[in-house]
Amino acid sequence: MSVLELRGLTKSFGGVHAVRDVSFEIGAGEFLAMIGPNGAGKSTCFNMINGQLAPDSGDILCDGKNIAGLAPRDIWRLGVGRTFQVAATFGSMTVIENVQTALISHARESYRLWRPAASRHRTRALELLRQVNMQDAADRPSRELAYGDVKRVELAIALANDPKLLLMDEPTAGMGASERHGLIELVKRLVVERGISVLFTEHSMDVVFAFADRIVVLARGRLIADGDAASIRDNVQVREVYFGTGKTFAGASA
Amino acid sequence: MTLNAFLFQILNGLSAASGLFLIAAGLSLIFGVTRIVNLAHGSLYMLGTYIAYTFATKIGGVTGFWGGIVATALIVGVIGALIEIVLLRRIYRAPELFQLLATFALVLVINDAALWLWGPADLLGPRAPGFRGAIEILGRRLPSYDLFLIVIGPLVLLALHLTLSRTRFGRLIRAATQDREMVGALGVNQAVLFTSVFALGAALAGLGGALQIAREPANLATDLIALGDAFVVVVVGGMGSIPGAYLAAVIIAEVKALCVGIGVVDFGFVTINFSKFTLVAEFLVMAIVLIARPYGLLGKAQGAVRSIAEPEEPIRPATPLLKALGAVVLVLLVCLPLLAQSTYFGSPYLLVLGIDVLIAIIFAASLHFIMGPGGMHSFGHAAYFGLGAYGAALLVKWLALPFGAALVAAPLLALAGALLFGWFAVRLSGVYLAMLTLAFAQIVWAAVFQWEGFTGGSNGVIGVWPPPPFDKSWVYFLLTLVLAVAAVLLLRRVLFAPFGYAMRAGRDSALRAEAIGIDVKRVHWLGFAIAGLICGVAGGLFAFAKGSISPETIHINRSIDGLVMVLLGGVQTLTGPIVGASVFAVLQDTVMRQTEYWRALMGAIILVLVLAFPQGIVGAFAALWRKAGGRT
Ligand SMILES: Nc1ncnc2c1ncn2[C@@H]1O[C@H](COP(=O)(O)OP(=O)(O)O)[C@@H](O)[C@H]1O
Ligand SMILES: [Mg+2]
Repeated sequence: MSVLELRGLTKSFGGVHAVRDVSFEIGAGEFLAMIGPNGAGKSTCFNMINGQLAPDSGDILCDGKNIAGLAPRDIWRLGVGRTFQVAATFGSMTVIENVQTALISHARESYRLWRPAASRHRTRALELLRQVNMQDAADRPSRELAYGDVKRVELAIALANDPKLLLMDEPTAGMGASERHGLIELVKRLVVERGISVLFTEHSMDVVFAFADRIVVLARGRLIADGDAASIRDNVQVREVYFGTGKTFAGASA
Repeated sequence: MTLNAFLFQILNGLSAASGLFLIAAGLSLIFGVTRIVNLAHGSLYMLGTYIAYTFATKIGGVTGFWGGIVATALIVGVIGALIEIVLLRRIYRAPELFQLLATFALVLVINDAALWLWGPADLLGPRAPGFRGAIEILGRRLPSYDLFLIVIGPLVLLALHLTLSRTRFGRLIRAATQDREMVGALGVNQAVLFTSVFALGAALAGLGGALQIAREPANLATDLIALGDAFVVVVVGGMGSIPGAYLAAVIIAEVKALCVGIGVVDFGFVTINFSKFTLVAEFLVMAIVLIARPYGLLGKAQGAVRSIAEPEEPIRPATPLLKALGAVVLVLLVCLPLLAQSTYFGSPYLLVLGIDVLIAIIFAASLHFIMGPGGMHSFGHAAYFGLGAYGAALLVKWLALPFGAALVAAPLLALAGALLFGWFAVRLSGVYLAMLTLAFAQIVWAAVFQWEGFTGGSNGVIGVWPPPPFDKSWVYFLLTLVLAVAAVLLLRRVLFAPFGYAMRAGRDSALRAEAIGIDVKRVHWLGFAIAGLICGVAGGLFAFAKGSISPETIHINRSIDGLVMVLLGGVQTLTGPIVGASVFAVLQDTVMRQTEYWRALMGAIILVLVLAFPQGIVGAFAALWRKAGGRT
């Protein structure tokens, strides 16, 4: 059963066809990687799914409902969360306040004017921070965190509304190899434990082939391949696209 | 209006458009390259009028007039270059808000310098040699100098266009306007480019001012009027676009000319005097354009100009120390009426000062609410103060509403205004939001100023005194104290509640806030409305405290005062606006009343603030405290 289905998704900026006629499905509980060279249209796809951009044409079906063109906040309420390529949190808040703000929004309490926010959903927020191993930093100002920790906090925020689908645009950008594996492992664990589906982009082929259940490949806005690690590795078109970019699939372990 | 009269008004409009264009072109050019909104631009224009007057009268004749105009443009250009080198260079990377304030400080300083150099009287220059007569057109007489002005606008437009498109300097300006990173990459000496652009912009303003002396006297109020005009034109035309500036100048000048031309119209059921709409008209045009095309008619969306402010500390509940301090201050304030009666150092003036301070605190706290946690830098907060004050006074005057009811109705009126204006304002951000809030405040001001029959026009409303027992100043003081404490605590409460978190989340990152389900615009809109409501309380209290109000209540100066109070205390702290408002109100009531040159003094305070104390009094203390090892 699919959580999300893209049908003929298309978007261009001026003359640039960023995304052209892209269709694929994301299954329930699936850990799906989207790969492709820089400028392939990955972020644009993410932005259309989460509502930041309206597609020129095409449908985005979520539980059979077309969500293309809805506002990000409405799509979030339907259970589609996201993290951003350039990670950041609400810098004027502590780590736990960041998560509480998301929980408050999820509980539709953002317009409450009286009872202090600090006491709201604190236990649940701590629990989420524990899941991403950030509980010890709960009361630190979030802007003081190291970049890798910011990514974890973003993940905790994204989990606040019990999403059924999580979109993660380059969650490991700017991370070292071991940190990268750590984060993806953590996400993978959450996928398995909570039954969430995750669509993520990632530049490290090692990581992709090691963890992804399935892989879709984008190049110049078009979907050129969709399948499991073995079929992608053997795909001639994919090899062509990556030829000369310095990335080899040779060392990738399945 | 006959067709001929209509066409004649169009010609009048065109000559006014040239004047507008000359002021606006320089402002637009400077903004395009340096991204600084130079509030002192009107002051450079005013300097142009005074300097040209001096040449025309001291030297006289054709040389004094025409040579003087050229010399004036050069001198003002040099002044502009000096301003850029001495002041602006230090603040290119500062937050927008600080740039606006620093250049406003210049407005104050230049105004007092002109007062000192040329005195307070209006100075009328001679007629232009060679253009003394009038020409018969469409059955009316048009001064030939107006015809000269009609031609000069497009000529300057053409000259600027050729400079921008044909010269290396022009290419650099265009490159810098379109892509700031590129200038650095080209290896151009950016400092030289910025200084010369500022000098050119200033020279245009000086030229614009100099050309006016044959028509209007040099006057100390021209700076803000010219600034207002220039702004409207630049914002309507699109910041950084020179052709846009000319287009906007023509549109605005024509709208104004037609308002005058139409005059009084009897619609049968109501008679409207359109010539009274001139002041409102330009701001109305600006508001409409900003709403429909936020970047102006020919402007392009500007890449977000990230302000590099000190990152903000998380807000924490008050420490026991702070609470104790607050309690002590409160007890002292409650005892103030007794103190005022004491024989040694008491004086009834103490209570008047106390009431001023408390009203300033409500005003500043409400502005801080949207400026700090909301990140909306309103340059028109006086509108809600004025709506509260006029609301209370007019309800008493026209409906004979009792004191209590008027005090309750005042904030509601301000709330209504804030809901209306805020709905549009929150759709913009940064400089554009500042300009739109300013435009709305100017619309309110102009409406109050020109709607004489209802608001008393420039005379205002008098005789709005509170009934007993509130006519005794100590009772009124205590009432103000209760309301001020309630307002401050209420705003604090809201900031610590979920709504305050949502508002800050929207400010820290609108994108991320939206991605966790927060409707940022709606949250900020409501924040804007809450601030307006509380500000209305201050306005209502003000009206009854003074017993009379005038359009000055809504003047741009009050909006700026509010900004200074908040920054003086520190925009990033919750106690900042309270301390800032207190210090400011005391300074204003004591030091500034002593000197004729209070503007320059005020300008100096702002400059010190911006250059040396960007975190404000409370912020500076907090930093010292942290350094000393204490906890805040
Ligand atoms: N807002 C935008 N305006 C114009 N072009 C854009 C915009 N966003 C993306 N593009 C273009 O669309 C293409 C796809 O970009 P993107 O989706 O960011 O790729 P990826 O994330 O795969 O690196 C690129 O050519 C990029 O330059
Ligand atoms: Mg990308």
